[in-house]
Amino acid sequence: MKDKTTNQRAWFLVLPVLLLVAFSSIIPMMTVVNYSFQDSFVGNEFFWFGLEWYHELLRTERLWDALGRQLLFSSIILLIEIPLGILVALSMPKKGVWASVCLVLMALPLLIPYNVVGTIWQVFGREDIGLLGRVLSDLGVSFNYAQNAFDAWAIVIAMDVWHWTSLVALLAYAGLRSIPSAFYQAAQIDQASRWGIFRYIELPKLREVLIIAVLLRFMDSFMIYTEPFVLTGGGPGNATTFLSIDLVKMALGQFDVGPAAAFSLMYFLVILLISYVFYTVMVAIDGDEAGS
Amino acid sequence: MVLYLLFLMVPIYWLVIMSFKSNSEILGAFTLIPQDFTLGNYRTILTDPSWYMGYVNSFIFVSLNTVISLAVALPAAYAFSRYRFLGDNHLFFWLLTNRMAPPAVFALPFFQLYSSVELFDTHIAVALAHCLFNVPLAVWILEGFMRGVPREIDETAFIDGYGFTRFFTTIFIPMIASGIGVTAFFCFMFSWVELLLSRTLTSVDAKPITATMTRTVSASGLDWGVLAAAGVLTIIPGAIVIYFVRRYIAKGFALGRV
Repeated sequence: MKDKTTNQRAWFLVLPVLLLVAFSSIIPMMTVVNYSFQDSFVGNEFFWFGLEWYHELLRTERLWDALGRQLLFSSIILLIEIPLGILVALSMPKKGVWASVCLVLMALPLLIPYNVVGTIWQVFGREDIGLLGRVLSDLGVSFNYAQNAFDAWAIVIAMDVWHWTSLVALLAYAGLRSIPSAFYQAAQIDQASRWGIFRYIELPKLREVLIIAVLLRFMDSFMIYTEPFVLTGGGPGNATTFLSIDLVKMALGQFDVGPAAAFSLMYFLVILLISYVFYTVMVAIDGDEAGS
Repeated sequence: MVLYLLFLMVPIYWLVIMSFKSNSEILGAFTLIPQDFTLGNYRTILTDPSWYMGYVNSFIFVSLNTVISLAVALPAAYAFSRYRFLGDNHLFFWLLTNRMAPPAVFALPFFQLYSSVELFDTHIAVALAHCLFNVPLAVWILEGFMRGVPREIDETAFIDGYGFTRFFTTIFIPMIASGIGVTAFFCFMFSWVELLLSRTLTSVDAKPITATMTRTVSASGLDWGVLAAAGVLTIIPGAIVIYFVRRYIAKGFALGRV
């Protein structure tokens, strides 16, 4: 990207985006910052509360519990989805009608509205009317995601794997397709094993897309809201209450704007930190590409 | 591979099947294929305004959002792909953070902001709110596509005496038409599937279908057939459009970076 010309007037082209996003991002953000330092009484009287909400949040278990669950969830998701996605991409047909059919079928879950995904699994897992619940109970496994915390986790994870593994697979597939066939021919001449081909040709070439896949999955699972909300409502108890669910409960359910705002800001800072890592890595990749 | 596809299809199959069953059959018997095939669930949705208006509302704000996002993202993406200017990297990063911001953080302030400017429960409010994540997305995807267009084309056009606006609309936009199509598709899709913000910002007049569905679940929790039918109807638009953009899906999801 060295050949870009410097042109300060390019700012005018960016201006509309800037104004629009400022309206929908900065103004709400400032409101949040404002609330996080204040307490309110009935009748919308606000007074300065300083850092008290932050202290309180950091002292109580609530934030830490939700954060712990969130991190556990995100790690499990990544550990399942990334290898599975690569595996699926490797076993996909390379061309022809079947490749198209696979692509379309795989993309389908990605584009179902989030709450419909929740609904599908809610119905699917129920013991009385769902296929999965029915089959499991016929097999003698008692499965009830509404009461058993472990079952609730299992179904939330199954749902997320169902929903998003295709994304990893599609990205990996696109990465695989970009490997020139000369590489494979060379490997054949060297009589490389299947594992060898994967380890020394495919994996290095997939590195870039995999970084994007990991980070996208991490971010999106980190702010997951709708699917578990519809599926389990955060329950049983607080077992599947992730950060977003907890936050919405606090902000819109109980109208505790002060602590909710403080919560939001800390949540956002975590996201910002990770985004920054994401961005740095991506810029580095782009730089590599331009260099090679 | 076959196993994986099976794993993907079975839950969808179950939903489709349920939408053709009557309620008594869903709750009573356990059947893999509907015994008495009925279209009653679909009839309920298509004749009851509180249901089908949900689809109309969704379509209105999703289309509005797509148009707004594209309109502002096109020039910006061009600027990012062609020029270096003061703060460009920081600005690009800042846009990215908006794509990554959890909508939950914005739910409450949006509610208050749009209430105070009296846009609450209008289509434009939801469309603007969805710009929060769709505009950055659009800029990113478009930038990826625009980088594929050689700079020489711009330069030649300028030498030939084209003004910027004329060049942009008559030469550049047709050249990245497929990129615009893909971007529009992704804006459409992400706005279509989003629930949290659209539910928070609407109550009656602009309520999207996705919100209608959740409320039905919590209110009655009984009418499973209609619920399934509504779910199937929300999947259909996505399924149709996927077919057209199947080659670009990975590129779009990777923010134009494959």
